[in-house]
Amino acid sequence: MSITYLEAIREAQARALADDPRVYIYGQDVGAFGGAFKATKNLAVEFPGRVLDAPISEDAIVGSAIGAAIEGMRPIIEIQYADFSTVGFNQIVNNAATLFWRTQVKCPIVFRLPSGGTPGSGPFHSQSMEALYATYPGLIVMTPATVEDAYSMLLEAVEIDDPVVFCEHKYLYYHLKAEQLPTEAMPTGKARIARPGRDATVVTYSAMVHEALAMAEGLAREGIEIEVVDLRSIKPLDTDTVLASVARTGRLLAVGEAWPWGGVTAEVVARVACDGYNLLDAAPMRLNAKDTPIPFHPNLWGTHRPTAQTIARAVKDLLRR
Amino acid sequence: MMREQYLTAYRWMLLARISEEKYASLYRAGKIYGGVFVGKGQEAISAATALALRKGDIFAPLIRDQAGRLAFGESLLDATRTYLGSRLGPMRGRDGNVHRGRPRDGYMAMVSHLGSMISVVSGALMARRSKGETGAIGAVSMGEGGTSTGAFHEALNQAAVEKLPLVVVVTNNQYAYSTPTARQFACGNLADRAVGYGIEGYTLERGNDLAACLDVIGLAAERARAGRGPQMVVASTLRLSGHGEHDDGHYVLDALKRSATGADCMKVTEQFILDEGLGTAAELEHWRADAVRQVEEAVATAQREPAPDPDTEDWCALSTRFLGDTYDGGCH
Repeated sequence: MSITYLEAIREAQARALADDPRVYIYGQDVGAFGGAFKATKNLAVEFPGRVLDAPISEDAIVGSAIGAAIEGMRPIIEIQYADFSTVGFNQIVNNAATLFWRTQVKCPIVFRLPSGGTPGSGPFHSQSMEALYATYPGLIVMTPATVEDAYSMLLEAVEIDDPVVFCEHKYLYYHLKAEQLPTEAMPTGKARIARPGRDATVVTYSAMVHEALAMAEGLAREGIEIEVVDLRSIKPLDTDTVLASVARTGRLLAVGEAWPWGGVTAEVVARVACDGYNLLDAAPMRLNAKDTPIPFHPNLWGTHRPTAQTIARAVKDLLRR
Repeated sequence: MMREQYLTAYRWMLLARISEEKYASLYRAGKIYGGVFVGKGQEAISAATALALRKGDIFAPLIRDQAGRLAFGESLLDATRTYLGSRLGPMRGRDGNVHRGRPRDGYMAMVSHLGSMISVVSGALMARRSKGETGAIGAVSMGEGGTSTGAFHEALNQAAVEKLPLVVVVTNNQYAYSTPTARQFACGNLADRAVGYGIEGYTLERGNDLAACLDVIGLAAERARAGRGPQMVVASTLRLSGHGEHDDGHYVLDALKRSATGADCMKVTEQFILDEGLGTAAELEHWRADAVRQVEEAVATAQREPAPDPDTEDWCALSTRFLGDTYDGGCH
């Protein structure tokens, strides 16, 4: 038996609903239909009255979750595509994220954001919003790259007393599989060494972890050993694990699927430059998507975002520096 | 309309008017950080909204709701503390003036983004319903300017879909900051929008007539409580101040000031009390003196209280402290 990344998300929600009567799911098409990606398949039947269809009103969807959280509920909000979270952005960053600081009332909400690109999805169904949310205080931003993390981090997100932006990657939904659901998990806030190596460190997260691993496997055949760090959550960002890896390798490439201006890769490089300057044997590098809207056609899309091939090229540049 | 309810409302209106006059003078004296936004001219609508609520109900006031906030149960000291930045106030110096609240007590703390708090109240009502708690309603204040936001539309539609016991009181005070209604909306009557949402709407032409406010808003609240779904009241009055104390409101048309809409609800109410024999001139004077005393006391107390201290402040925005991103840019 095997389980996909998407099924793990569905199972985590089923377990959260079963374990805690305060949990409910609210979002567009999540009820009888089971969600645009079927992440809530059958949950409306298994948990009557607790998996609710919402109107196409991201602002009101998020606002209502805040009110419910104030009343002691623990909403899971499915935003149909991460891209549409811009419509609920104000409520997430100005209302949910400020509530605890301003009033000392906790705001436990999970915002599930189906994120990132897939072939043919185009400019408005492909975005990576994580850095936007990470810049605001009061939010936790998770970016699981594995089936195990998708499951255990989502369960942890539901238990956290603060708003969590859960960026699940659509590219991993169907083809990423594990043998079984995990029984234990790394805590949120800890990065993972996805592959050890001695020659350079590639720090990344979400779907790019798999591009980086494919790159590392390819380079290993050439005798180059790349360490891949999976950040798992980008806020908090596990600076210590990144620095420890750079201390071992002396070289850093930060890779992200998001756009190049600012963002997670810039943050990683800035932290290493400020705190680990003497650990570096060469200037660090960043590899991101191109600075255009995300293209629709697979030929263009495959070049717009980093891939194992472009990461490998960047790593070879890094090793020549 | 009962005498007792009318006079109760009037005394909250009076306390609101006098306390806000005090805040305005403290602002001019440079004793208040940030802005002061008063509800002058809207006290009748605001007090009537809060008095339609009971213990256990939910209230999301807006910037011109000093009367309603006090009538809903906020202490004058809490209000004053927030303006003066006392560490002992509900916001502890982290947020100021009208952004105060105690959400755990059903008293929501507004954000500045208009329309945002409506769906928050809806969510709280949905939570009550899912917990099997019935009987409570929620009330939200909005201005005519706020009705132009997407958040307002989304929230009204959502509340209607969920058939929530929600009362939305829209105060049309003729100006959103400096923008007149002709540049804000084109429909003849904002209450007509209720039909579009599938909810009940009410036009309250004389928002400076306390008896009318108590009647109409009271009826809307009663119907919400009876399970008739969301109710929207559109009350007209004139903002008798600038947008905030930094603004002299010079753009407010004289014709509006002279119109029936521009009549000051405090004067209308006091005249009604005398005309109907609900109270005497001596009683009015006594109530005023009592309100002044309460305000002086609250200000004196709040002024003696400690300000927030940046050195002992807890600079963590999360309740889950160990998940805070503590990176300091190398500036250890």
